[in-house]
Amino acid sequence: MAELAKATVETAEIDELHSPLREFWRRLSKNKLAMVSLVFLLGLTLVALFAPYIAPYDPINGIMEESLQAPNAKHLLGTDELGRDILSRIIFGARISLRVGLLAVAIALSVGTVLGSIAGYYGGKIDLIIMRFMDIMLSFPSLLLAIAFMAVLGRGVENAVIAISIVTMPEYARIVRGSVLSVKENEYVQAARAIGNRDAAIIFKHILPNVMAPIIVRGTLGISTAILETAALGFLGLGVQPPDAEWGTMLGSGRGYLFNAPHLVYFPGIAITLTVMAFNLLGDGLRDALDPRLRQ
Amino acid sequence: MDNLLLNVEDLKTHFFLDDGVVPAVDGVSFHLRKGETLAVVGESGSGKSITSLSIMRLVPAPPGRIVGGRITFAGEDLLAKSEKEMRDVRGNRISMIFQEPMTSLNPVYRVGDQIAESLVLHKRMKKKEALEQAVEMLRLTGIPSPEKRVRDFPHQMSGGMRQRVMIAMALCCQPELLIADEPTTALDVTIQAQILELMQELQRQMNTSIILITHDLAVVAEVADRAVVMYCGKVVEEAPVAELFENPLHPYTRGLLNSIPRLDENVDRLFMIDGVVPNMLRLPPGCAFAPRCPEAREHCRETAPRLTRVAPGRLVSCLLVEGGAA
Repeated sequence: MAELAKATVETAEIDELHSPLREFWRRLSKNKLAMVSLVFLLGLTLVALFAPYIAPYDPINGIMEESLQAPNAKHLLGTDELGRDILSRIIFGARISLRVGLLAVAIALSVGTVLGSIAGYYGGKIDLIIMRFMDIMLSFPSLLLAIAFMAVLGRGVENAVIAISIVTMPEYARIVRGSVLSVKENEYVQAARAIGNRDAAIIFKHILPNVMAPIIVRGTLGISTAILETAALGFLGLGVQPPDAEWGTMLGSGRGYLFNAPHLVYFPGIAITLTVMAFNLLGDGLRDALDPRLRQ
Repeated sequence: MDNLLLNVEDLKTHFFLDDGVVPAVDGVSFHLRKGETLAVVGESGSGKSITSLSIMRLVPAPPGRIVGGRITFAGEDLLAKSEKEMRDVRGNRISMIFQEPMTSLNPVYRVGDQIAESLVLHKRMKKKEALEQAVEMLRLTGIPSPEKRVRDFPHQMSGGMRQRVMIAMALCCQPELLIADEPTTALDVTIQAQILELMQELQRQMNTSIILITHDLAVVAEVADRAVVMYCGKVVEEAPVAELFENPLHPYTRGLLNSIPRLDENVDRLFMIDGVVPNMLRLPPGCAFAPRCPEAREHCRETAPRLTRVAPGRLVSCLLVEGGAA
């Protein structure tokens, strides 16, 4: 009896080792750059969540007498032209950048995944119509298209999210379509049909879980694109409107002081660079960890 | 006819490609009684798999389409059913086992969940109840410690085990008809024998009819009651298995049987049917087998033979067979 119990425990342990999630984590944790990025991004998320408690000053209302100060003991990253603490503004800016990035990717990913899987699964005319539409959108430079959408929708952060998700959506649709095309040829899809599943169940229950890896990777990389585009729209004065703190907007309003107060541009720029780099490195790490060809 | 379960009459499934129309299944007729095992034999591309997909109404469309014929299953016309009605048939009353056990299970789900799926779908079972039933099905297919194995992912199982899971999946709703598309081709010989034995055992228990699609005549001899031989989308011969092996009437069947290596003869080279399967886009006008047939006469190349009854239970489509004239 005791032996049996022991054997059970051992199989349970083997089960754990074989679990795909475990295997994935083991592979991801080997990648130092990805882990550093993950820690950085988790830290950034915490900072964004608790911004009001962490930021030393009010990000909106500055003290005019202290404007354009270089980094010093009181203002670690200096102050801007209106005497606002740049560190505080960057901390609050993280909220907007992360939220816009995640939200834009979430919308683009969901819509793109649905369109791409329908196109890939049904093929034929439906595929042709959906994908030609995506091709048309891809043929414009995405920022230009985003600006055009902003012109129609009007300024503001919500519209920036919508514009960015519309222009990035075709990429997700293409990736999902390609993966669905190859996965749907598997016999288990035929088997799912043969036990009487409806099309929707086959697509969402049997095919999509098998194409998650490229979607997750592209989504992670996509967050950095979305953050960059938000910053670009902000820089151009179309995205987040003053006085709200957003990294791109800070860059835009700081560029007039590039020569006498370069820290106005440096620090938001560094924040954008680090965050975008972290998402890219994490995305690369995820790709390596999820790629079945690299699995032993 | 008593106990008739499935009757396929003049089934035509064609594929409409850019280059032309491929008559993958071209006027196939056969029937199946309750509890019987019918083997459908033929080379790759002879239309045997498309015939089974046609019965399930799962022909990939486009480019494929069932263009004619009738499929009667337990008195119901399957071709007249709506897609929704067909979904109730699939997996519930007719189910399928596929050739590749390595790829016919979804890698992201535990095998128990996959067996439970059709129970939830067709028998309106609760998930928990269905999982318990899945354990029972695994036990029935002879998988050791099924209550643990039910939580395995497909990659944790061997090919033979996965095929047992497939059988459990196919039979959990106690279907009246099981279509097994080359169920043992991807397995090694000892496992093959086990799987065939298991299928026969479960067939006896559940009184299921089986259509066994194969190109392996050894498998046919072992498990089937009757056999249908297909060539280029047509049935060329139908006979009870013992008679087919004893006295094959069609030259193609003879060729197939001669191609089996024998233990009691020592030959340097195995027998081979000359030539290759003709291009389905440009089938010869007469008998499709005539270009490869060692016995073909002039009129074989001009006149297409018809499937004709030559003895009780024996049908053949050949101009050379007595009574088999067009």
